[in-house]
Amino acid sequence: MQQFFQALMAGLADGAIFASLALALVLIYKATEVINFAQGEMAMFTTYIAYALLTHPHFGHTLSYWPAFFMTLVIAFVFGVGLQRVVIKPLEKASVLTVVMATIALLVILNGLAAWIWSPELKFFPSPFPTSTWVIGGVHISKQDTGTFGVTLACVFVLWLFFRFTKLGLAMRAGAVNPVAARLLGVRTSWLLALGWGFAAVLGAVSGMMSAPTNFLSPSMMQAVLIFAFASAVLGGLESPVGAVAGGLGLGVLLSMLGTYVHPVTPELRLPVALLILLVVLLIKPAGLFGRVVVRRV
Amino acid sequence: MAPLLELKDVSARYGPVAALHGVSLTVDAGEIVAILGANGAGKTTTLRAVSGTVRRDGDVVFAGKRLGRMGPEGTARAGIAHVPEGRGIFAELTVWENLRMGAYMRRGRPNFSTVLEYFPWLDARRNQQAGTLSGGEQQMLALARAFLQRPRLLMLDEPSLGLAPLVTREVFRVVSDLNHKEGLAVLVVEQNAAIALGAAQRAYVLETGNVALSGTAEQLKSDDAVRSAYLGY
Ligand SMILES: Nc1ncnc2c1ncn2[C@@H]1O[C@H](COP(=O)(O)OP(=O)(O)O)[C@@H](O)[C@H]1O
Ligand SMILES: [Mg+2]
Repeated sequence: MQQFFQALMAGLADGAIFASLALALVLIYKATEVINFAQGEMAMFTTYIAYALLTHPHFGHTLSYWPAFFMTLVIAFVFGVGLQRVVIKPLEKASVLTVVMATIALLVILNGLAAWIWSPELKFFPSPFPTSTWVIGGVHISKQDTGTFGVTLACVFVLWLFFRFTKLGLAMRAGAVNPVAARLLGVRTSWLLALGWGFAAVLGAVSGMMSAPTNFLSPSMMQAVLIFAFASAVLGGLESPVGAVAGGLGLGVLLSMLGTYVHPVTPELRLPVALLILLVVLLIKPAGLFGRVVVRRV
Repeated sequence: MAPLLELKDVSARYGPVAALHGVSLTVDAGEIVAILGANGAGKTTTLRAVSGTVRRDGDVVFAGKRLGRMGPEGTARAGIAHVPEGRGIFAELTVWENLRMGAYMRRGRPNFSTVLEYFPWLDARRNQQAGTLSGGEQQMLALARAFLQRPRLLMLDEPSLGLAPLVTREVFRVVSDLNHKEGLAVLVVEQNAAIALGAAQRAYVLETGNVALSGTAEQLKSDDAVRSAYLGY
């Protein structure tokens, strides 16, 4: 029991981190069919910004955790919108492959820039949650894991509310389905794409700040996470936000269970096993688990 | 009185291929005008040139103002609703979400009561995924959505495409209704000349990117060339 719940919570915490980065990938993919390879490095870069806010004195004092957390989200949003305007918007008429190449260039640039500004060595990043546990019915529940899971999913939920209930969110969904028709209704789709990049950057920042306390802060901290997130997104069908979140959580729990109960699966094997699961799922269900087939009549 | 919409010597091309060679036409306020012509004549491109979904040369004047290169979103904001070829429905969104998108440019809560008077069946289908509607229903949804834009000019591209004759007649009945009761000016592209000339006051016939003929619907219905080429009697 104890072992099972511990593995479950650890898996959900990891999975939530995968899920939010996977959702960021899906957000951009759904609107433009571009896989943003820089998503992980954007997350890493904004996590360094959080680190700077937490450790360097600004106007005489450093920020405490939550003000720094929310300020980072705001900065990440502006950063995402800015990247879309400066790097992606000029490639509006270029092919998808060109834009993908641009995101790979962005990956390399952000990685180098972070190492240059903050030095490549590992840094300790604080967690807002205590390392202690709750004891419920004899089972120890990690506050760290529960907090990571809760904060990440809360951010995903707020974003879901935005897409589901606001006019701008509706317009972003419409623009993703049929951009020309949306423009004919007066939607400035180009700005909505920038908004999408802003939200993706915010989701990335959340996943970065939540994974840094356990994985440490370094310029390469998000590279494995990006691959897990990519696997989660593809598992979910790449076009389905719900699928990305379910894929992320499922993958996190599955890897944690395998690590706990199947002894050959050591931490080194997590990445290969994740990709093996991905391969098997795609062989059985090529559209991904949540890849919805839209019924259309002429 | 100056026309509501005026195209002056408008041309357009797709890459190296010229599709329009200097088309001039007018639509007056409150009028239904049809554009007829064979496949590939440039009917769709004419509407696209107005709404800015294709790059154009030449002037388009709407409600006394020259439309610059403002793109489709700018044209929509100027008061022109363009229902494109294939209807432009958001297939994955619900019927109601499609309608809400029609009111995207309006501030505050949109008023759906007028649109439901013309399309009462939409209310019961509001949560249905739009892509699962029949072709005729999708065309009606596109019309309703365009009407919610509160345009001064409605441009329709082949509303009859893929529809049964009875459904086509119903679509044109609603278009005529919107024209009579709401004073909405309509520019409609059709291959089905008989039904278009039945609803329109005037029409233009396009041939390979040029206006070959124009006149009142009555004149064109009795024109021998039009009869043999487009009406089939
Ligand atoms: N997207 C496109 N790319 C290249 N050529 C096009 C495109 N759309 C239309 N054309 C060409 O432009 C001409 C006019 O087409 P169109 O305006 O669609 O005609 P219509 O609507 O009257 O059938 C045709 O010769 C057609 O082949
Ligand atoms: Mg056409």
